[in-house]
Amino acid sequence: MSRCLTRLGAILFKEVRQLRRDSLTFGMIVGIPLIQLMLFGYAINTDVRHLPAGVADQAQTSLSRALIADSQATQVVDIHRTVRGPEELERLLQRGEISVGLYIPPDFGRRLQDPERPAAQLLADGTDPVVLMAARQLAQIRLDYDTAADKPSGEPIFEVRNFYNPERRSALNIVPGLIGVILTLTMVLFTAVAIVREAERGNLELLINTPVRTIELMLGKIIPYVLIGLVQVSIILALGMLLFGVPVRGALYQVYLAALLFIAANLTLGLVISTAAKTQFQAMQMTFFFFLPSILLSGFMFPFAGMPKAAQYLSELLPLTHFIRMIRGIMLRGASLADMPGEVLALVVFAGVTLTLAVSRFSKTLD
Amino acid sequence: MNSDYAIESHGLTRRFGAFTAVDHIDLRVPRAQIYGFLGPNGSGKSTTIRMLCGLLTPSEGTAQVLGHPVPGNAEALKQQIGYMTQRFSLYEDLDVEENLGFIADIYCLPRKTRRARIEAQLERYDLIEQRRQRADTMSGGQKQRLALAAATLHAPPLLFLDEPTSAVDPQSRRDFWETLFALVAEGTTILVSTHYMDEAERCHRLAILQRGRIVADGTPTQLYAGMDALVLEVETDAPGPARAALDSLEHILSVTQLGVRLRVLVAKAVEDAPERVRSALAAAGVEARVQPVHPSLEDVFVLATDSDGAEP
Repeated sequence: MSRCLTRLGAILFKEVRQLRRDSLTFGMIVGIPLIQLMLFGYAINTDVRHLPAGVADQAQTSLSRALIADSQATQVVDIHRTVRGPEELERLLQRGEISVGLYIPPDFGRRLQDPERPAAQLLADGTDPVVLMAARQLAQIRLDYDTAADKPSGEPIFEVRNFYNPERRSALNIVPGLIGVILTLTMVLFTAVAIVREAERGNLELLINTPVRTIELMLGKIIPYVLIGLVQVSIILALGMLLFGVPVRGALYQVYLAALLFIAANLTLGLVISTAAKTQFQAMQMTFFFFLPSILLSGFMFPFAGMPKAAQYLSELLPLTHFIRMIRGIMLRGASLADMPGEVLALVVFAGVTLTLAVSRFSKTLD
Repeated sequence: MNSDYAIESHGLTRRFGAFTAVDHIDLRVPRAQIYGFLGPNGSGKSTTIRMLCGLLTPSEGTAQVLGHPVPGNAEALKQQIGYMTQRFSLYEDLDVEENLGFIADIYCLPRKTRRARIEAQLERYDLIEQRRQRADTMSGGQKQRLALAAATLHAPPLLFLDEPTSAVDPQSRRDFWETLFALVAEGTTILVSTHYMDEAERCHRLAILQRGRIVADGTPTQLYAGMDALVLEVETDAPGPARAALDSLEHILSVTQLGVRLRVLVAKAVEDAPERVRSALAAAGVEARVQPVHPSLEDVFVLATDSDGAEP
């Protein structure tokens, strides 16, 4: 046992030493979370605001002007252009100068009284579903406003109550998920490359000739990255709180516990990749092959519920899916891991299976 | 266990698909000697060494390495052998001491003796001044000394060296061989592969490999004595025409040009070979001096590999 620990320690310390000297990788450990957090936190905003819009008001009544003013007040649209008719709106839409066009017909006042006919028209650039969604939202708002003045039937039917994120800030949803995305990228990539690099540089030829055991080699390689992963989690958490005011409503140790599980799952996956890839380039490609579906299917970008059944089954295989549920639960809803035993089990199974696969695939022979 | 041989193999064979890299090799490597594998690239030197270390499973045949059966428990064997790879395979981004420390821990050298052992190796392989130098900044000769220091750190009784001197200058090669003889004097058995004739000549015994088969083996003296040819040296101002004249002659096994001299191998069965060669050259109008000379290992090699190559 002590002999085993000496060898494990040797590989571990060697790895840390090499990491310290590899300034590029070392920079990536801190740089990737920083840059990604800034990018995603500030740039990705699913609350659509300030869509460029054009208006064709052929009614020119106080009511129609009030409608335009109300629409602008929602901040969903910014009215850039005022034109004469719907044809011009269509042209602007086609040229991409506006995303939304408001058309108010000359008989706007009469139409308002007629429940059968729409009073006005919203032309939306449907190629972007987000714009379309925003336009629908706008239509809803407008109906409430205008009919309240003239029509008795215009009471709002549903009142939407927003839990957990009353200000509807995207960062709240994105930052916890981002912990998972960044860990997926860095953890899988680092370990995948770590062993392939030894093979490429010829170090492995020496190692397989020594009494070192496969499990010692594997654990010695991944343990340093566990620590690195936890450092990254801390960076994202701290910045998320400082810059975006993202709360941690559950216990902090629960966040780290979930992260630890997730890191383990990613590192063991990295090991599997390293046993399959022949060059560092291949290892990187395989990592991205895994990384993209993780981002798209895990519920980080798109709501899980909206995906087709097959995609949902597929995403259940991805560790990120389970981690995102766990971390959003802990950070935003104040849940604990005990509330989500299914997700915990999924990650444990994933890590166990991949580690076994990696150890059995890695061979100390050249056969 | 206490066989006189460190390595014995019987019909050791390795195939990669349809290609036979090593073809029924029978080997006997005596203890505390340097045994050389001489052969061109692709002759099966590395594959044989890898099978003997347990890195490759033989397709056929068996071997005993330090009493351990091959194929068998390779892990038990690994603690007892040292292996120096063709390419520098220690860590370029670690310094000399760190590399040796790493290897010491991989072989689980006892804490008490670990420090002293590393110091002794630094001293022996003349690396004291480089102890804090990173491997990627060292010269070919220094790297090679470091690699040997690492391979012998755990004092293995058997050492495999796979083309160890391919990246070093002649002086470093000489020094390297001096250290090998010192190791042998301490009882280490060394199996070394090379394609340098002068290195092969220094081995106690050697095997010439060609296309996965041993085409000649024995001590260098035995190999010279067993040569089935006479070596003639032809000195001439017109080596081209001389060569053309000799090529048409019967029983000439090989002609090699060395500047203004030609080294000619004639089958031993030919009677009065020097006279025949002289008259053939005279008939072709080439002025030349012909005299028998002592064979070199290169002659042995050329003869062994050529005759094999001529076979279908």
